[in-house]
Amino acid sequence: MGHSGISIFFEGANFLRLLGGLYVSAKIAFLSIFFGGILGIVLGVLRTLHNPLLRLLLRLYLEFFRIVPTIVLLFLFYYILPQSFNINYKADTVGTIVFSLWMAAEMSDIVRGALISVPMHQVESGKAIGLSTVQLYRYVLVPQSVHLMIPATINLMTRIIKTTSLLLLISVVDVINVGQQIIEANSHRYQDGAFWVYGFIFILYFILCYPLSRLARRLERRGKAGANG
Amino acid sequence: MAEPLLKVEHLKKSYGEKRVLEDISFEVEEGSVVVLLGPSGSGKSTLIRCLNGLEAFQGGTIMFNGETVRPSPKNWRRLRQQIGMVFQSYDLFPNMTVLENILLGAVKVQKRKRDEAARQAMSLLKEVGMEQYANAYPRQLSGGQKQRVAIVRALELNPKLMLFDEVTASLDPEMVRGVLEIILRLAREKMTMIVVTHEMNFARQIGDKILFLEDGKILEETPGRQFFTKPQTERAKSFLESMDF
Repeated sequence: MGHSGISIFFEGANFLRLLGGLYVSAKIAFLSIFFGGILGIVLGVLRTLHNPLLRLLLRLYLEFFRIVPTIVLLFLFYYILPQSFNINYKADTVGTIVFSLWMAAEMSDIVRGALISVPMHQVESGKAIGLSTVQLYRYVLVPQSVHLMIPATINLMTRIIKTTSLLLLISVVDVINVGQQIIEANSHRYQDGAFWVYGFIFILYFILCYPLSRLARRLERRGKAGANG
Repeated sequence: MAEPLLKVEHLKKSYGEKRVLEDISFEVEEGSVVVLLGPSGSGKSTLIRCLNGLEAFQGGTIMFNGETVRPSPKNWRRLRQQIGMVFQSYDLFPNMTVLENILLGAVKVQKRKRDEAARQAMSLLKEVGMEQYANAYPRQLSGGQKQRVAIVRALELNPKLMLFDEVTASLDPEMVRGVLEIILRLAREKMTMIVVTHEMNFARQIGDKILFLEDGKILEETPGRQFFTKPQTERAKSFLESMDF
């Protein structure tokens, strides 16, 4: 077979190192989705309550994380926190914090949008039988709006996973970073190393994201059937 | 003389500058039916919604069951178990079966035993001819059937007072009768009710007392039969003529 670029993966521990990088990326992504998701649900519910001050604050929070590019957020937290506030975290932790806050901000908007799309009549019917606010959310609003949240949430998750590729810019040893190291270290022997390594990384990201898309489709179909009775 | 079940005094409501209800006072005796009539926008629905706290009011008092209602959310939650309401838009919860719709308030709000609440629900469903639909979902029902279930959902909490807000207004004509008959039967069983309706024949049959509203004021308060034969005000007379029933 001669000298094929694919052998770049079998040089030293390259293959395992790439998987290790993937683990770092995936760990940060899933921790952020988990914690950010929970925080986002809480904030989304709070944003549907009638408290003008709370609403304004949460709105500002959302807009900040939506408008400021992720890379700027990463730099802000990575360089400015230690400098101005003397808070030192590892790059992985900074990444997880930034992505969690971003996830929470966008999630809160998804949750809020779905909740307020439930017709007012449903809310009044619930109130009229004496449901408390918590019960109203639990038995009426949430069951009727979950299926509206799912597609956007999964879309957000895949965005978070993909955007972990920016983490190398704050020196997280993620899968992209490892890939670059491998390409550079082997550039004298494998001129087409970039093709193989990035091609492989593409497949890895695909493996992470594709099941989510499938899951989204299934859940959405099921949720819709449930909400309509 | 016994205290009326509901006593409203000088009730006022406005949206900003716009006055919607002005100095509304009336009483509802236990076991009687009060019908609110009046042109669209006269404040009937707003008034009835004030009576279970779905709308806030800016002045006046509501006395219910011998107690002056403090209009706090918590207090309203308690009172709503005693003041049932059925809406025009028969909003059953689409994610629950008929039976679950009916049991939600009894089990989760009133903390009653599910078995006992379900027995009552089934017997109420039977009274409105819907017992075979207990496990159906709302989307499988017609408008009239949904509205009957909505009435049962309110009755399940054993309310002392029922509010009906144009409950037949969005039903097909052939569905209207069945729903009205249920309300008429409740009247015969001496359920205390306040009814907003545009069905004049029904109003005449059921109303012990008619309140005629216009522009947020009670123009006329007349015993039921008399209102339809000898209304006191010119405005009520022309309203009745325009209804052409």
